[in-house]
Amino acid sequence: MQGYLSLLKIKRLPTTWCPGCGNGLVIKALIQVMESNNLNKKNTVIVSGIGCVGRTTGYLKLDSIHTLHGRAIPVAEGIKTANPKLNVFVVSGDGDLLAIGGNHLLHASRRKTNIKVICVNNRIYGMTGGQASPATPKKTVTTTTPKGNEFEEINTQAIVTSNKNFFARSTVFHLDHLKKMIKKSLENKDFSFIEVISNCYPGYGKKLGFTSNYEMLMDFKKKFENQKNKSILKKNELGFLK
Amino acid sequence: MIEIDIEKCKGCKLCIENCPKDCIDLSSQVNKKGYFYAVSKHGCINCRFCAMMCPDACIEVLRE
Ligand SMILES: Cc1ncc(C[n+]2csc(CCOP(=O)(O)OP(=O)(O)O)c2C)c(N)n1
Ligand code: SF4
Ligand code: SF4
Ligand code: SF4
Ligand SMILES: [Mg+2]
Repeated sequence: MQGYLSLLKIKRLPTTWCPGCGNGLVIKALIQVMESNNLNKKNTVIVSGIGCVGRTTGYLKLDSIHTLHGRAIPVAEGIKTANPKLNVFVVSGDGDLLAIGGNHLLHASRRKTNIKVICVNNRIYGMTGGQASPATPKKTVTTTTPKGNEFEEINTQAIVTSNKNFFARSTVFHLDHLKKMIKKSLENKDFSFIEVISNCYPGYGKKLGFTSNYEMLMDFKKKFENQKNKSILKKNELGFLK
Repeated sequence: MIEIDIEKCKGCKLCIENCPKDCIDLSSQVNKKGYFYAVSKHGCINCRFCAMMCPDACIEVLRE
């Protein structure tokens, strides 16, 4: 079954994730790109931090490390530095990469380490029950912002592109686009950051009035548009910058 | 035609919502994990949309 997902540990399914969680779609897109680019356990390593999406590493037939909270990027940089021939991926959450791990993002970006970071941005700490993250939009009601978040969301795009690195944005609805963005990131030797907008109904969508993960996912179809040849992506725009 | 691994299905409805031929339904029974699972009906055109969207990789599209 699922011959095109040869790097997936089918026997470990179903995943621990909620019905309709975008994390499963990110894994499938990533595996399909890896297969078409001949990335496999001989030449590829994957690292994740803590959070729901951090579990990704355990479902792949690759050498992988599920690191401490926030520390996926430095571990990946260490692997790449020790063995530059390896393709090194990070798959982790907005909380993990932008909050507790934010300082590592700044410096990996400054050092332009050739690792491919896939940030699954559901705009919330999903695993721990819906606390606001640096990627939670202003005014949003969450467990820790009952009167609405008072702060602007972090501008990851500006951080990554200020050092002329690769930045792309896609969503878990736009799967072909997501695959293209991951492929595109492999064409350059700089630090690469792919922000994948994802859904978390229990932790985030419920308080916004959604009734399921699939409703949130279908909403991405309406909210986001694909853009080409842009030098900056607005909040509702998908595409890549280099 | 499609084959659904019902024990892996979580009943998220992504396949149902994205089938252009409206040929997947949710069962009235639950699987071992307690989820109402997806079942296929007649009329499939093998477009693969459902398999693409399933986050749990439980749909296989069989050739005619
Ligand atoms: C040092 C440390 N602090 C706090 C936690 C609790 N914790 C676990 S996951 C998480 C946030 C995860 O959010 P995100 O990275 O966005 O992943 P998601 O669950 O949304 O996929 C936190 C704060 C922890 N495990 N370790
Ligand atoms: S809590 Fe949110 S992020 Fe975690 S598995 Fe459920 S839907 Fe996905
Ligand atoms: S292959 Fe296409 S037509 Fe057949 S069940 Fe799936 S989505 Fe529907
Ligand atoms: S998309 Fe997959 S998990 Fe969701 S209902 Fe359909 S078969 Fe089940
Ligand atoms: Mg998150």
